[in-house]
Amino acid sequence: MPRNNTNWRWAERVLHTQAFRITLIFVFFYAVSATALIGFTYWNAQRAVDAQTDETIDAEVGGLREQYQRTGVIGLSDVINARVAQHNSGLYYLQSPTGGVLAGNLLGLPDSAKLSGRYVEFEYQVSQQGATVNRTARGQAFFLPGGFLLLVARDISDQKLTRKFFSTTIPWSAGLMLLFGVGGGLLMSRNFLRRLDAITRTSSEIVAGDFSRRVPVTGSHDEMDSLAENLNIMLERTERLMKGMREVVDSVAHDLRTPLNRLRNRLEEMQRRMASDDPHQDDIEATIAETDRLIATFNALLLIAEADSGMTRGSMAPLDLSAIVADVADLYAPLAEEKEITLEVAPSGVLTVEGNRSLVSQALANLIDNAIKYSQAGGHITVSATETPLSINLTVADTGPGIPVAERARVLERFVRLEKSRNSPGTGLGLSLVAAVARMHDAKLILGDNNPGLKATVSFPRALGRKQIQLAPAKELLLPSP
Amino acid sequence: MRILVVEDDLEAQRYLVNGLKEAGHVVDEAADGDTGLTLALSRPYDCAIIDRMLPKMDGLQVVAEMREHGNLMPVLFLSALSEVDDRVKGLKAGGDDYLTKPYAFVELIARIDALMRRRAPASVKTKLSVGELELDLLTRAATRSAQDIDLQPREFRLLEYLMRHAGQVVTRTMLLESVWEYHFDPQTNVIDVHISRLRAKIDKGFEAPLLHTIRGAGYMIRAAK
Repeated sequence: MPRNNTNWRWAERVLHTQAFRITLIFVFFYAVSATALIGFTYWNAQRAVDAQTDETIDAEVGGLREQYQRTGVIGLSDVINARVAQHNSGLYYLQSPTGGVLAGNLLGLPDSAKLSGRYVEFEYQVSQQGATVNRTARGQAFFLPGGFLLLVARDISDQKLTRKFFSTTIPWSAGLMLLFGVGGGLLMSRNFLRRLDAITRTSSEIVAGDFSRRVPVTGSHDEMDSLAENLNIMLERTERLMKGMREVVDSVAHDLRTPLNRLRNRLEEMQRRMASDDPHQDDIEATIAETDRLIATFNALLLIAEADSGMTRGSMAPLDLSAIVADVADLYAPLAEEKEITLEVAPSGVLTVEGNRSLVSQALANLIDNAIKYSQAGGHITVSATETPLSINLTVADTGPGIPVAERARVLERFVRLEKSRNSPGTGLGLSLVAAVARMHDAKLILGDNNPGLKATVSFPRALGRKQIQLAPAKELLLPSP
Repeated sequence: MRILVVEDDLEAQRYLVNGLKEAGHVVDEAADGDTGLTLALSRPYDCAIIDRMLPKMDGLQVVAEMREHGNLMPVLFLSALSEVDDRVKGLKAGGDDYLTKPYAFVELIARIDALMRRRAPASVKTKLSVGELELDLLTRAATRSAQDIDLQPREFRLLEYLMRHAGQVVTRTMLLESVWEYHFDPQTNVIDVHISRLRAKIDKGFEAPLLHTIRGAGYMIRAAK
């Protein structure tokens, strides 16, 4: 089910975006604070309403107490009965010390109201159009001098209804808020991801060597657009620099090769015109050889510059490293045999990396050449292509003197090596070129110990790593099927 | 042989023309792309040596136009540009070989000899022979005076290349390029070792050697006179 799979991947990616997380956190805090605010307002309003009710009752109680003092229990009963008759929301209950009902519109005294002196809420029944309805009241019960118990209360059912309405609304609205928040977050993240993917795709194409690519600008003038614009300005500059670099390398090559060519031509011409027994023949031959060494060093430097400038990126193609190992080892096998050195190729399956065949072959040739140069008769050289979960490695291990740990970093530096190798054969740029070829392929040249000897490894990142950058086509990401 | 030289560096041009004339060729020269193309299209040549960077018309374009006009003469590019991609561009434009400046004159001569030889209609041969040495391209068997010679695959290819160019100088670079397909300089002279192994197989025990070292140039396989 590739489609489902794609949806899953998409969902997973959206959930992991910064935009989604930020939205989620924001929505969470917003919901919490909004709920708290509504809750507080509700609580405060409720308190004010309760206080008002209590105040009304207090005033009424005060009036009734006065009535009782002035006119006794009969007068009080009359007043209560009169108020009941008015049909307002007042509730009354007057009980004699013996427990008889003297006045009021309540049938009995609720249990919770028996404690005098405090406001309590209690339920009572009212018959309304033939049905008994439960209602809520709030009031105070207290004893009058002489043992009479008076309850004064107000119906607060309407308030209670409002309260209930509030307490059910708050969780719902909080839930809705979260839902909208998550939805908004997904939408924002999707938009964010889409634009980020465009940038990632562009940059991976540029890494692959297409310097003409630019990040798309949507024209919405937002921060993503300004990021894209800035990236494009940067890319423009990089492209110009690369072009400039190429021109410099080309013109340096041209301007130095032309006189070197004339120099060599003249020497050869002189040699041709000289009698073959002329005593200067040897001098000229030595001069030509010296010129050739100069040319070889120049070519090696130029190649390093080319590899480092990324000029050769365009010529990359899939290569089988094990085939390259077999071919280069085949070239050097007779030379090793002649020096009585065993050159062994560790067998391996097809190991493909993206690279320039000529340069990778040359790098390996340089490593093998060095290994043979520094090995004694009876030595052993192993050339192998191996894979690890993260890399594909090209390794040349010899049993020669190796390179001391402290020197390993230094031998890769171009000019240090150049200085050092003045008296040794070769251009002395062999390892520097290997390092440059490695850099060009995003690979690493690692000089390690073979105990004894040198173990040089060019470690290519696995093609997998690169594939991760190469995202699925935009359509697949942007249109998750419902 | 008639050779066209298109080179804008007059000093290098003079040297090239002199060298080729000394080697017995008839040479015409041009110093820019336009003149070069006109000459190439108006006169019959056996081979052209064209510089990559030329005034008026780039070397690549000259060859591309020649090919467009149906002119198939072998072309060797000379280039002072940096290497890696340039060779590919030259060959794509229709060049037959590519040599980076500075070059050794013997290398140039060996290459144009090989180019002009290639031009001769190559009959589909299944057997190559030099003297009493025979190479069967179908059975991949080598014999000398009816004696079997056991060759490794790479040795076979090396011998095949040498025998296809029998009587011609073949340089180390040419061998490296055509037998191993490498276009770089393997600091140590690995080719010499391969040649001496091959020599041990085909010449050892025989009176007249077939595989000769040409000092300062390369190798040549030829029948003993």
